[in-house]
Amino acid sequence: MKNSFFLAFQYIWFHKVRSLILVASITVIVFIPNGLEKLITESETRMMDRATSTPLIIGEKGSSTDLVINSLYFQDEKLEPLSMHQVDELNDLDFGYCIPVLTGFNARNYPIVGTTLDYIRFRNMTLKEGRMMASLGDCVLGSQVAEELGLKSGDFIISSPESFFDFAGVYPLKMKITGILNATNSPDDHAIFTDIKNTWIIMGIGHGHQDLADETDPTLVMDNKDGVVTATAKVFMYNEITDENKDSFHFHGEQQDFPVSSILFVPKDEKSLTILRGRFESGEITDQAVVPQLVVRNLLNSIFRIKQIFDGVFIAVGFATLLIFILIMTLTIRLRKDEINTLEIIGSSQFKVIEILSLEVSLLFVFSLLLALLLYLFSGIYVNTFIEKFII
Amino acid sequence: MLKITELYFEYPRSDFHLRINHLIFKMGSTHALIGPSGSGKTTLLNLIAGISIPQAGTIEYRNTVISKLSETERRAFRISKIGFVFQDFKLINYLTVQENIRLPFRINARLKADHNILDRIEVLSQYTGISKYLKKYPNALSQGERQRVAICRALVTQPELILADEPTGNLDPKNKKKILELLFTYCREEGTTLITVTHDHELLPEFDQVIDFSKLLIENEPKQ
Repeated sequence: MKNSFFLAFQYIWFHKVRSLILVASITVIVFIPNGLEKLITESETRMMDRATSTPLIIGEKGSSTDLVINSLYFQDEKLEPLSMHQVDELNDLDFGYCIPVLTGFNARNYPIVGTTLDYIRFRNMTLKEGRMMASLGDCVLGSQVAEELGLKSGDFIISSPESFFDFAGVYPLKMKITGILNATNSPDDHAIFTDIKNTWIIMGIGHGHQDLADETDPTLVMDNKDGVVTATAKVFMYNEITDENKDSFHFHGEQQDFPVSSILFVPKDEKSLTILRGRFESGEITDQAVVPQLVVRNLLNSIFRIKQIFDGVFIAVGFATLLIFILIMTLTIRLRKDEINTLEIIGSSQFKVIEILSLEVSLLFVFSLLLALLLYLFSGIYVNTFIEKFII
Repeated sequence: MLKITELYFEYPRSDFHLRINHLIFKMGSTHALIGPSGSGKTTLLNLIAGISIPQAGTIEYRNTVISKLSETERRAFRISKIGFVFQDFKLINYLTVQENIRLPFRINARLKADHNILDRIEVLSQYTGISKYLKKYPNALSQGERQRVAICRALVTQPELILADEPTGNLDPKNKKKILELLFTYCREEGTTLITVTHDHELLPEFDQVIDFSKLLIENEPKQ
């Protein structure tokens, strides 16, 4: 056997290019379905974990998928906003408590999530360094944001100059990073958390500017009637909230009317959740309430149906590859008829010849399977990164 | 003594047949088989080696009737007694020269490759003048050098009988002479029997016995 193994290996080694092509073909056919299976299983686990940990999401009527994806994964889907009034109303029902979430803004391509400290507590997020956001203008970073941008507590991050509602004249807000969160292996690692008031400032609902009452420059004031001062565009707007200027920041309108993208509802108990869902389903409350677990399950079922198609394709491709492999080996044996004949003349048995040829095929398969296994193990290292970057 | 008696052989679905009533090859001698193509010279070598089996008659080698042996016994006989040299060398292109020479030991469990085998390959390669090519592949060698490698492979098992099928057929005149001299010298020094199929008539005086198949077959055909 040792000698047969040696001769088989010599043949494969001498025909490196041909062997590599065969090994690569088999490796791809073995690895891709298994790698895909691993990716989908891991994605399913991650997505379901996230969905299961969120009992109920409330939003404006519309796509339930968009609502869940936006609220759980902070994707860019634009949602019709609710108002803080609805948050107060739900809280008044005393079935649990509401966590308002306002998304749709970015800083250096990472989503800014305007919320309350309840969100941080609800997700069991802890600080790796620094402190939680406490004042207007503070924010905390998810672990990946901090790592990828090389930021630490005490640094600043500026929101991208874009507006959720396309309001003109919205200034980017320079936020102070007060803390970095520990990794949670969830979309929270890729987000910037700030008080919901800061996101209203980013939207342009609130702002701070130089005190017009103290200014003597008449070009700063457009109109002044009954103590209501209308400023001109020349007035200096603050894009950073500091101890010196924080008192100048104010909001226009009633806070109850300010927008939120969605509400994460945390019920007191199962009964409260059931009653609340009943009220939504009966139309007593006209907004949309979705159980993320059900929405994500539906989404995953669609993915699994697509995967089944892929599985079918891979079985067909695998079968075709096997046929081509058999064809190549058959042609090779035909081309090697003279060599096989020589081996038999100088004393090899037919069994020995078959043993050598079988070992050649076996070695190619073993190399392919080992390579596929290595790729599979190697892909395990990057599957989380892949999921976070491309799936959730 | 290698003795052929009342031999008859024919290939299935072919008009060809070989009939030899009586032929003796003396051990330790050199024999040339000459004659036109298709007259049965290579067929006779295959019959002696036990690769083909005659329909009638016997081939007897030192009291062993080759045609009566089983497939396994014939292979064992071939491994232990016979060395082959072919016109087209039949070297394995994916093995180095050294591994080509060693090949019989790799494919036959009966041949025990002890630690002396590498020494023997070294001695044979020096004897045939190819010692500097041991790590090269056959494709890197000239025709003459390849035939020397094939001869080394035939001799490495220390056979009693060398069957050479036109060993100089693919060689230039200078190499033809050298290769045959090599075989003659070895056989004479070691007392090995050499049976060679050849078309080179100028080399015939070197052989102890010349068997002309064109005459042999006519003599052996049954009288009408």
